Amino acid sequence: MSGRRRFLQWLVALLFFPARSIAKEAAAKGSWYGFGVAVDRCIGCGRCMDACKAENDVPREPFFVRTWVERYVVRKDGTTTVKTIAPGEEAVPDPAPDKSILRSFFVPKLCNQCVHPPCVQVCPVGATFRTEDGVVLVNPKTCIGCRYCIQACPYGARYLHPATRTADKCTFCYHRIGRDLLPACVEVCPTQARIFGDLNTTASPMSRFLRMNRIHVLKPALNTEPKVYYAGLDGEVR
Amino acid sequence: MNQELLRQLGEALHQVQGFIYPNEIEIHWGMLIVVYPYLTGVVAGAFILASLVKVFNVKEVQPIYRLSLLTALSYLLVAPLALVSHLGHPERFYEILLTPQPSSAMAMFGFVYAWYLMAVLLLEIWFVHRTDMIAMAEERKGLMRGVYRALSLFSRDTSGRGMEFDRSALKAITVVGIPSAFLLHGYVGFIFGSVKANPWWSSVLIPIVFLFSAIVSGIALVLLLYMVIAPLTGGKIDMMCVDRAVRFLFYAVIVDFSLEMVDFIHRVYQSEEEIKILSELVVNKLFMSLVIIQVLLGMLLPLCLIAVTMIFRRRFSLNEDLRKMLYFVSLILIQFGIFATRWNVVIGGQMFSKSFRGLTAYKLEFRGIEGLLYALVLLVLPIVILAGLLKLLPPWKEMHGES
Ligand code: SF4
Ligand code: SF4
Repeated sequence: MSGRRRFLQWLVALLFFPARSIAKEAAAKGSWYGFGVAVDRCIGCGRCMDACKAENDVPREPFFVRTWVERYVVRKDGTTTVKTIAPGEEAVPDPAPDKSILRSFFVPKLCNQCVHPPCVQVCPVGATFRTEDGVVLVNPKTCIGCRYCIQACPYGARYLHPATRTADKCTFCYHRIGRDLLPACVEVCPTQARIFGDLNTTASPMSRFLRMNRIHVLKPALNTEPKVYYAGLDGEVR
Repeated sequence: MNQELLRQLGEALHQVQGFIYPNEIEIHWGMLIVVYPYLTGVVAGAFILASLVKVFNVKEVQPIYRLSLLTALSYLLVAPLALVSHLGHPERFYEILLTPQPSSAMAMFGFVYAWYLMAVLLLEIWFVHRTDMIAMAEERKGLMRGVYRALSLFSRDTSGRGMEFDRSALKAITVVGIPSAFLLHGYVGFIFGSVKANPWWSSVLIPIVFLFSAIVSGIALVLLLYMVIAPLTGGKIDMMCVDRAVRFLFYAVIVDFSLEMVDFIHRVYQSEEEIKILSELVVNKLFMSLVIIQVLLGMLLPLCLIAVTMIFRRRFSLNEDLRKMLYFVSLILIQFGIFATRWNVVIGGQMFSKSFRGLTAYKLEFRGIEGLLYALVLLVLPIVILAGLLKLLPPWKEMHGES
């Protein structure tokens, strides 16, 4: 009996091996980075987008972005319109006088640094990989530019860099966080709508953010387990 | 920076409907990736047609046996070209073979491909032509003699036992070959079907749909080539062969069509989150290529034409020339239909936003690596290679039924 059970366990383990092998869970020790977004605090000023483009050599044109801000307008008749804030767009007209509007808000977006990243799974050459501290990076020296990862990311977080012809996306400013600096977008955000930190440190602002808020992630049904956590997320947001 | 790209994206930006994520304006898999599954589909289909003769002993199809094999080879040689040219860094292509990531469906491409080329197709072609090559080396002089010697790998054995061995080797290869052909195209379908981020692609049926459309395109193309080449080379079209092959084609189209309908009904019946944007996609962007070309002209019309010839051939012994014409038209329609299938899967799957809130646009350029011109070159190149192969390993005797 126990022999059969062990065999069954072994069989099940074998079947799910591919899923398990990619799903390395949070590092027990060391850092495990996460990102918080307080939706209610975002005023749609777009400074984060500017800072990100300047910091990370992202082309100025609007077709290539590592992080962006969406503006939602939900009307009384149930329709919702969404737009991306153009980078550098300072003043967004105040929609308050419009009586047909039920609510309106901004949602910052970026790579979710998924725990089960489909982009890592599909990369044929291993150019997209996840670091020990849970950040998904692209190695531009080995990326062949096949763009499979761009197709596989459910969040539209990736683009092909027109100069290097390799895949690119948010890295949590990996070059900064290693030196104990905050990601550029977090640093410039005037309202602290963006929060960053180590999830393994109980006292970090990030951990506090997770404790103090009701948290939601994007597209949870896809089992990507995003590490960008939203507080006050509206059901309209996908 | 790439001014041309910026201009294109700027144009596309104006055609966006609704909301899309900002990185979604660029359509990343363009015309080359449409051509790629089309080419591999022909390979798998042509090979399966050839297997009908060897494994299932369908004698009538013998005249197109060698033609099918050589067609499969010429298309297989061009297929990776489409894939490599579309890479941002084509010069790093070998990385897929040297440092493959086992979890990636695409990384397996190199291995499936190499297996199919080396272990199946080349071997089968070699065994089929071995004695012929030895004979040709005897006939020819000078350089060509050397070429045939080398091609036959300097084997000289034309004894009965040697030929007996060829026959059993061929049987074994074909038996391995059929699942391999299924694998080759099934895996191309899997590349799309496994992208869970994209509801247009993400379906377990996709690899099977790809497989059957591959069989359809392969049989149709080889028949088309046969009907053109046989008269050109002084032979006669063997109508027994064509009738039989068209019958197989007919069933394959029915299975293909039913599978696509099942997939479609399943989506509509489940009616998940994405159904709204997908129906908008079909109505707004793909109406012409999906409803008109793929389904009506590429499937239903040829099905009707073939059905008509099948019924009336028995009843009123339909005139042979008329039958030929109807077949010919159906085969061409089917080719367009299958190409449209590839287009609708690849391009269609990138025209809606993963936010399910909008549609983007795709404009096919004429020039450039993703342009129409280069795609046409890739579509014609296999035919050129085939012409060369037919010169080198002529199948005329078999094709004209003289052996
Ligand atoms: S959000 Fe997209 S790019 Fe980022 S880790 Fe997840 S799948 Fe990869
Ligand atoms: S584009 Fe680069 S990073 Fe993305 S899957 Fe291809 S090789 Fe990997």
